[in-house]
Amino acid sequence: MKNMISRRNFLAAAGVVAAAGVLTACGGSSSTAASTAAASGSTAAAASGDTIKVGVMGPLSGNVSVYGQAVVNGATLYLKQVNANGGINGKQIEILTEDEQGDATQAVNCFTKMVDEGMTALIGDVTTTPTLAVVAESADYNMPMVTASATAEAVTYDAETDTVNANVFRATFTDPFQGIKMADYAYQKLGYTKAAVIFKKGADYNEGLAENFVNEFESLGGTIVDQESYSEGDVDFKTQLTTILGKDPETVFCPNYYEEVGQILSQAESVGLTVPFLGGDGWDGLEGYATNDQLKDTYFCANYAKGSNAEFEDAYKAEYGEEYPNGFSPLGYDAAKTVVYGLQAAEDAGLEAGTDDYKQAVIDAIASGTIDGITGTFTFDEHHDPVKQTAILTYVDGKPVLKEMF
Amino acid sequence: MNKNRKTLKMPVRYLMNAVLVVLLFLALSYMTGNMLSTYQNKVLMTVGINIILAVSLNVATGYLGQLPLGHAGFMAVGAYTCALFTKYSPLPDGVSFAIGLALGAVMAGLFGVLIGVPALRLTGDYLAILTLGFGEIIRITLNNIDDVLGYSLFYGSKGLKNIPKYSNFANVFLCVVITCFLIHAMMKSRHGRAVLAIRDNEIAAESCGIQTTYYKVMAFAFSAAFAGLAGGLYACYIGVLNPSTFGFMKSIEILVMVVLGGMGSMLGSILSATVLTILPEATRSFDSYRMVIYSLVLVLMMIFRPGGLLGSYDFSMSRIVEKVMNGELFHKKNADKEGADHE
Repeated sequence: MKNMISRRNFLAAAGVVAAAGVLTACGGSSSTAASTAAASGSTAAAASGDTIKVGVMGPLSGNVSVYGQAVVNGATLYLKQVNANGGINGKQIEILTEDEQGDATQAVNCFTKMVDEGMTALIGDVTTTPTLAVVAESADYNMPMVTASATAEAVTYDAETDTVNANVFRATFTDPFQGIKMADYAYQKLGYTKAAVIFKKGADYNEGLAENFVNEFESLGGTIVDQESYSEGDVDFKTQLTTILGKDPETVFCPNYYEEVGQILSQAESVGLTVPFLGGDGWDGLEGYATNDQLKDTYFCANYAKGSNAEFEDAYKAEYGEEYPNGFSPLGYDAAKTVVYGLQAAEDAGLEAGTDDYKQAVIDAIASGTIDGITGTFTFDEHHDPVKQTAILTYVDGKPVLKEMF
Repeated sequence: MNKNRKTLKMPVRYLMNAVLVVLLFLALSYMTGNMLSTYQNKVLMTVGINIILAVSLNVATGYLGQLPLGHAGFMAVGAYTCALFTKYSPLPDGVSFAIGLALGAVMAGLFGVLIGVPALRLTGDYLAILTLGFGEIIRITLNNIDDVLGYSLFYGSKGLKNIPKYSNFANVFLCVVITCFLIHAMMKSRHGRAVLAIRDNEIAAESCGIQTTYYKVMAFAFSAAFAGLAGGLYACYIGVLNPSTFGFMKSIEILVMVVLGGMGSMLGSILSATVLTILPEATRSFDSYRMVIYSLVLVLMMIFRPGGLLGSYDFSMSRIVEKVMNGELFHKKNADKEGADHE
């Protein structure tokens, strides 16, 4: 027993050796990465550098990775195009990419890591909670930051203290904005006066849209006949839909994400609720989840209507070998465009990359600039939200089609 | 046992450990000031917070022998209590942070008692399910409480913002030391032995006159209180709280740390919390493969060391020093065994 090396022990030893190998490899590579970063960071500061470092972050893995990858791909695409066209005043952009897995703690780690590596501006974050954590952190560095897709009002404007987060901008419209736009559209364009709302409770996006739709619709003179809500993970909406049916609305506002909207639409049909539904940009991707009949006369708003910019869509396909996945890619593209717009101004002014003046110049340029984006031409209002038109889409034969800009 | 064996007196032991802790603090704070980047400092702080979480869960899992899955719930209670207090208190920074952390720990401890009384009538799977449910109740309550009560305090899914960022390396380190010391002291006391006795054989313990319910609830509340402390530190570290952070997966994450380190080993919890926090960060350069590395380490560990890194072994500096004094360090086995039993 004592002198025998059992198979188990042998395997254990092999496992330990392998794990140790992996760990040393990681340790080695990360420390070299850190030292090169530190070295290049110092040279960038010293000799203003030949490259401009732009950070791109998002959840590249985890359960919201579908949005993260879309944003990061869209943003990277634009930055690569800029590089291919000679960079910014001859300087190439160096793209730093980090994966935060949709987690606030990791997002802050990613952010500080990229700051240590000499980042001059950030494109990110993607979902609201990690973005808020990064916003709180980035204020300490006055780091120019453009989020492609975080729609919560609090990202750029803090209503509690009535202050604007000076260094933060966003490319997408906000939750309140979508709710208000859809209320306007329903009342003014579609002529509805009685609406009901069904939304997911406990989710910032859904609540934000629903609340603002209700307020706007009522202030226009319409009546909200019923407000129903459901919780995360619910799959049966028949109770709520039957209640709505009993209140006899002309339309139902359903500001939820497409998987649930699909289920709600089919169940609405089965309880006999056949009035047209309205939604927000979470409807993007709905076409596989509902029948053509169910989608008839429904309207939703989006930042970008598919097919409205063939150049972008072709470039995306050429770069990644697939169609752009959802509306987050064009927004990532526009966020990158916004950042580059700011960097261009700072470079034109001949400032040294990474200095406080440089960052401030980027921020000032974006705040007063006009961005000619693929989701529309936009400027920024006093809350650093983009001022732009909304694409209103409807379904024709089950395919989303641009109805009009509103 | 040899009666002539040289031993260290208790005050000497404490003094020795205190000196070592101070030395460690000086070494680490020198590093944070001079050698580590901002990013590495941030990671070091999350390591500290995770150590407190793992060590505190170890009380309920390793020492008490139960399987609670609601640790993130207690963390949430502490985090929100501390966040709200520090956010609105007019007191000077340091004072308000200290009181906030204490309040967070006390509040989480109270919830520990509250949930412990009914939960600890159960064991095993049933307790796991009950505590899991409790964790979810906390999360969902935090999501909806503002709507129900009709004012804006917790901000639910919008996220509680503008929490002052008081956490820094020094106070996280201090909290880690306090946590480890208190838990260690508790486990070496009469109460701790009672808790261990309950773990090893509840019926035998009860027949010896140990009030099992009392001690179980006490250990459980103790565990919860330190989770609350970690929550408070986390709140003042990240600056933004959202109930979704404290979901079921967070509880599992902490449990993995404890199991990997060895249930019932404080040093094991500390080691595995450190390794499991640093590993995903250190392997960032591997992109998406890094999650595979993390999982692979877990799988290998569970196959080859099912008892965890250190099993139930606990490190004792004094024990080693005593062995050196008696010249026993290198003649192994028997002395070693006796020493371990003695401890």
